[in-house]
Amino acid sequence: MLELAIQGSKKYFGWIIALLVVIGMAFGIYRLQLDFGLGITGMSRDVSWGFYIAQFTFLVGVAAGGVMVVTPYYLHHYKAFGKITILGEFLAIAAITMCLLFILVDLGQPMRMFNVLLYPTPNSVLFWDMIVLNGYLFLNIVIGWNVLEAERNQTHYPMWLKPLIYLSIPWAVGIHTVTAYLYCGLPGRGFWLTAILAPRFLSSAFAAGPALLILLCLFIRKVTKFDPGREQIQSLAKIVAYAICLNVFFFLCEVFVVFYSQIPEHMEPFIYMFAGLHGHSALVPWMWTSVLLAVASFVLLLMPEVRRNHSVLPWICGMVFVSLWIDKGIGLIVGGFVPTPLGEVVEYAPTLPEISITLGIWAFGALLITVFYKIALSVRGEMAA
Amino acid sequence: MMETSRRRFLQMAGIAVVGFTATPVLDAFAAEHGGHEAVPSVKPGPDGLKAKQWAMVIDTRKIKSAKDLEPMIEACHKIHNVPTFTDKHHEIKWIWHEEYKHAFPSDVAKFMDERLEHVPFPVLCNHCENPPCVRACPTKATFKRPSDGIVMMDFHRCIGCRFCMAACPYGARSFNFRDPRPFIKETNKEFPTRMKGVVEKCNFCSELLAVGKQPACVEASNGILTFGDLYDSESEVRKLLKENFTIRRKQNLGTEPSVYYIV
Repeated sequence: MLELAIQGSKKYFGWIIALLVVIGMAFGIYRLQLDFGLGITGMSRDVSWGFYIAQFTFLVGVAAGGVMVVTPYYLHHYKAFGKITILGEFLAIAAITMCLLFILVDLGQPMRMFNVLLYPTPNSVLFWDMIVLNGYLFLNIVIGWNVLEAERNQTHYPMWLKPLIYLSIPWAVGIHTVTAYLYCGLPGRGFWLTAILAPRFLSSAFAAGPALLILLCLFIRKVTKFDPGREQIQSLAKIVAYAICLNVFFFLCEVFVVFYSQIPEHMEPFIYMFAGLHGHSALVPWMWTSVLLAVASFVLLLMPEVRRNHSVLPWICGMVFVSLWIDKGIGLIVGGFVPTPLGEVVEYAPTLPEISITLGIWAFGALLITVFYKIALSVRGEMAA
Repeated sequence: MMETSRRRFLQMAGIAVVGFTATPVLDAFAAEHGGHEAVPSVKPGPDGLKAKQWAMVIDTRKIKSAKDLEPMIEACHKIHNVPTFTDKHHEIKWIWHEEYKHAFPSDVAKFMDERLEHVPFPVLCNHCENPPCVRACPTKATFKRPSDGIVMMDFHRCIGCRFCMAACPYGARSFNFRDPRPFIKETNKEFPTRMKGVVEKCNFCSELLAVGKQPACVEASNGILTFGDLYDSESEVRKLLKENFTIRRKQNLGTEPSVYYIV
């Protein structure tokens, strides 16, 4: 089926080449980082994780969000989603690949990465995260590929695939739970040290993933002959509405506990992020933008006539996506490090090389989605002809 | 059937090609990082000092100003080839000093003893009995040595994921954001230098203990620091702990730090 990726219109190839240029540039800058070290980034002794790990965390959510189309179809026999499960699975593959790349570029000694396999360490959550992420990638490749191939041959997918499909559902929950455990089990980081972190991660994942999927569906409908279907898009929109609602609720639970208990270690990161601390306030505009977008999109999605309007829906989905990207892709990681365990405020901002490498990995993800969706839609196109 | 097996073959061939071409690249990576420095033996010699859990008692009553701490900081950083960076972001430190409110942020009183409020507190890795950094490390590059409780670093195994830095509640760990070697004033050939991309921290001078010597900071401390076995009731540290009220950093986190402060 891979050959379907190298047949296409001029526009298709123009887009592919544009992505390749961005990827190539980022690769060049990554070589500079390999040569100089991570000092090329804005990270420091005090804020020792930054943009890369934040993108990784956000994208684990996008990948897990794919399960929101898989579950209704395979578990509840919601037939309408049969049309788009493949889009969810391929989105998950692209997102997980980006996650792995973000971890790779964050390593100080990437050539030693297989030490994680050579010296397996079950007490480290990172060891388990490596297992669940690669497992989820593997599951989605196997499932997506076989389901699509069966569709092309107009047969039912092989029966041995069914257990793997069922397994992929709890596994999706697993990837984001384990990723939350990376943070919420660390004793000195008040911002992360909360049991609601994994549920918050999941609710934001189930909003961000389907929101992106709606955007992709609407885009596909515009530029190809394939119509993901109005009912499908509407069902996804309802899922986004429920998930963003839960996300806002979980966030407020956390805010209540932190500010009613008044424990400084838990309050200070929030104060830094939303009001500024000791005269440092780099995150304040970002965090309020995220909150406002989340609340606004939640209110808009609650209104059926707004939700059903397909010229407004993409804007709302964009708001959801940007809000959750700021929340995880900017706020989450920095909030864990500021103030430092010694109570000092050391701010962090990504550098230009860091942003370029990040863009390159996003471009790589976009390339994967483009190619995967092209293959999937071409298979569908063959059937139509 | 034919179609399927041909595709299978091509798939396998593709995987094999990737595998073969990757080998030389990996070899090149490996060759690039061959160290040429003499690494001293890590096994304790016949005169090596032994303990169940090494611990340190810091008598802050003997500290008058930051000047009293400079010799120990310098001694440590000199023998361990700790580089000096002007850029704060890249800073590496094994032992340094902080005000009380930063060393003990959760135990600050509004009004407190004037001496304590201003005296510089030496801070370093606490060699916790229950270290969160060791729990977090995915490769066992940082580990608690069973023989004497020192939290050690294997600079050659560390992948530079910095999970340990997020896990440490004391900010005791530093990362080599760039090649440290050009920034070492005078290299001590007895101790390895580090490469970029790995984490490092205080090792309680395990290399000196192995040859029967006290840690460098203790030697240079003019009696401010005392070092010994926490579980030997006759040890110097136990005597001090018996006679003085001591505090440890962030005791409420359950990490069981092995560095005690007489205040």
